[in-house]
Amino acid sequence: MTADLATYNFAYLDEQTKRMIRRAILKAIAIPGYQVPFASREMPMPYGWGTGGVQVTASIIGRQDVLKVIDQGADDTTNAVSIRAFFQKVADVAVTTHTKDATIIQTRHRIPEQKLTEDQVLVYQVPIPEPLRFLEPRETETRKMHALEEYGLMHVKLYEDIAQNGRISKTYAYPVKVDGRYVMDPSPTPKFDNPKMHMSDALQLFGAGREKRIYAVPPHTEVVSLDFEDYPFEIQTFEQDCALCGAHGVYLDEVVLDDRGGRMFVCSDTDHCEDRREHGHVGAMLAPNQEAAE
Amino acid sequence: MIDTPLLKVSGVSKFYGSRIGCKDVNFELWPGEVLAIVGESGSGKTTLLNCISTRLLPTTGSVEYRMRDGNFRDLYHISEAERRFLMRTDWGFVHQNPADGLRMTVSAGANVGERLMAVGDRHYGKIRQTATDWLGRVEISADRIDDQPRAFSGGMRQRLQIARNLVTGPRLVFMDEPTGGLDVSVQARLLDLVRGLVNDLGLAAIVVTHDLAVARLLSHRMMVMKDGHVIEHGLTDRVLDDPREPYTQLLVSSILQV
Ligand SMILES: Nc1ncnc2c1ncn2[C@@H]1O[C@H](COP(=O)(O)OP(=O)(O)OP(=O)(O)O)[C@@H](O)[C@H]1O
Ligand SMILES: [Mg+2]
Ligand SMILES: [Zn+2]
Repeated sequence: MTADLATYNFAYLDEQTKRMIRRAILKAIAIPGYQVPFASREMPMPYGWGTGGVQVTASIIGRQDVLKVIDQGADDTTNAVSIRAFFQKVADVAVTTHTKDATIIQTRHRIPEQKLTEDQVLVYQVPIPEPLRFLEPRETETRKMHALEEYGLMHVKLYEDIAQNGRISKTYAYPVKVDGRYVMDPSPTPKFDNPKMHMSDALQLFGAGREKRIYAVPPHTEVVSLDFEDYPFEIQTFEQDCALCGAHGVYLDEVVLDDRGGRMFVCSDTDHCEDRREHGHVGAMLAPNQEAAE
Repeated sequence: MIDTPLLKVSGVSKFYGSRIGCKDVNFELWPGEVLAIVGESGSGKTTLLNCISTRLLPTTGSVEYRMRDGNFRDLYHISEAERRFLMRTDWGFVHQNPADGLRMTVSAGANVGERLMAVGDRHYGKIRQTATDWLGRVEISADRIDDQPRAFSGGMRQRLQIARNLVTGPRLVFMDEPTGGLDVSVQARLLDLVRGLVNDLGLAAIVVTHDLAVARLLSHRMMVMKDGHVIEHGLTDRVLDDPREPYTQLLVSSILQV
């Protein structure tokens, strides 16, 4: 052990706190989609920086784990870099940017494009865990609504969206029903990723630090996005392919190239994009003859 | 012919500490029947209405309701889930202040559609059509369907609240001073509307009012309350035309003098 590490307990939290959080996680796994209250601790970073996700990761991480941290789809944003550095410092674990090499992936928005496996855990940083909050601010009432499975309000919200916009315009934090029982907010992931939650091989854990809630979707669990029969759930579609790797049917970010209106669309999942390019895929931007290879 | 009551209220009392809210109230309500509860301010009308509609736990007594399967259930012995389901399907509750019974920040259409969605309707077009129909029945024009009740007048809000309650075809509606906050001309129009709907739909209703004219217009039977007690109970025409209790006589004569 280095002198540096000696000042921290492994993964920062003390063992008693980790046990308390693990108990909350186990309960969350046992009741898919149910928000389990837990005694969220102060972390050496402000709320809004993923303190819920960090506490979950700190409670499940072991010395053999390999950690990947993403913000949007990227490993190199300030938030992702600082959380990764934090765990290197306090747990001395291996880190990676490669989805396939990671055993724990902590994320703020995206679910990696590459299909996750049963050997992986996806930890979400959640700002607002309560999907009913929008129409019912009273916590006592929302708890009762969950307990009695009174979810009509969720559809009221979708109804309003269609009445105002002619379609369900909600694009992220799109509510889902988990295992046919609890309505859950996958916030703040884009709805594009909702289908990836469904029957996922990987365990999915959600931590909300400020709101002191943990919830989970165990592997192979049904996750259904709410909708109307005549306005079925649809994911975003992108007309373009990734300008760098030519990927189609992935979530793309718009990148402004210059101040003359130049722009391109690239994979939001940077690891996915790099991996494809390493395997010889080329997008329009990088193709020698302006023609996408593929 | 239906020869069974819809509701049986037995020995209902509510005390606020040592103060009487209402005391030992007994009555039955029949399908399609409108009962008015009248009395001056503080006589216990709202307390009684809330005890019957399970919004307030009585100190003693029982309230039994004939469910759609024909069986009577004691409302204070069914599960909370059953009770809440009953309240938003087979019952309506019209508050004096529409803001208490409406969602002020969602559209009129969503206000009417909420109960439908709560019982599992999942077809937007059909929900919207039903909402449009109901707005029409309460004389709100279809082009207001996407407006929030904040943009409505008091009378419109009250009519919207009524539509929102009736959309699931309830058998029993509770109303606490439904015309309370409205101008006289608006009151008259609302009362006409309520009377028409109650007749057309064959609704049973319990209407709390301090206004004997409202009782006269809407109700078949009435109960007069004073200091938490029901002091007179009978057919509305009989009570108003031939009041037996001195207090009721006083109430009626005070109206006629105006
Ligand atoms: N929450 C409460 N706590 C204590 N006393 C109450 C409470 N609510 C009502 N009371 C008392 O119970 C009695 C009956 O009140 P209630 O509100 O039922 O009368 P009401 O007939 O509806 O009057 P109003 O016409 O003014 O609405 C009154 O003496 C009132 O002060
Ligand atoms: Mg009252
Ligand atoms: Zn790409």
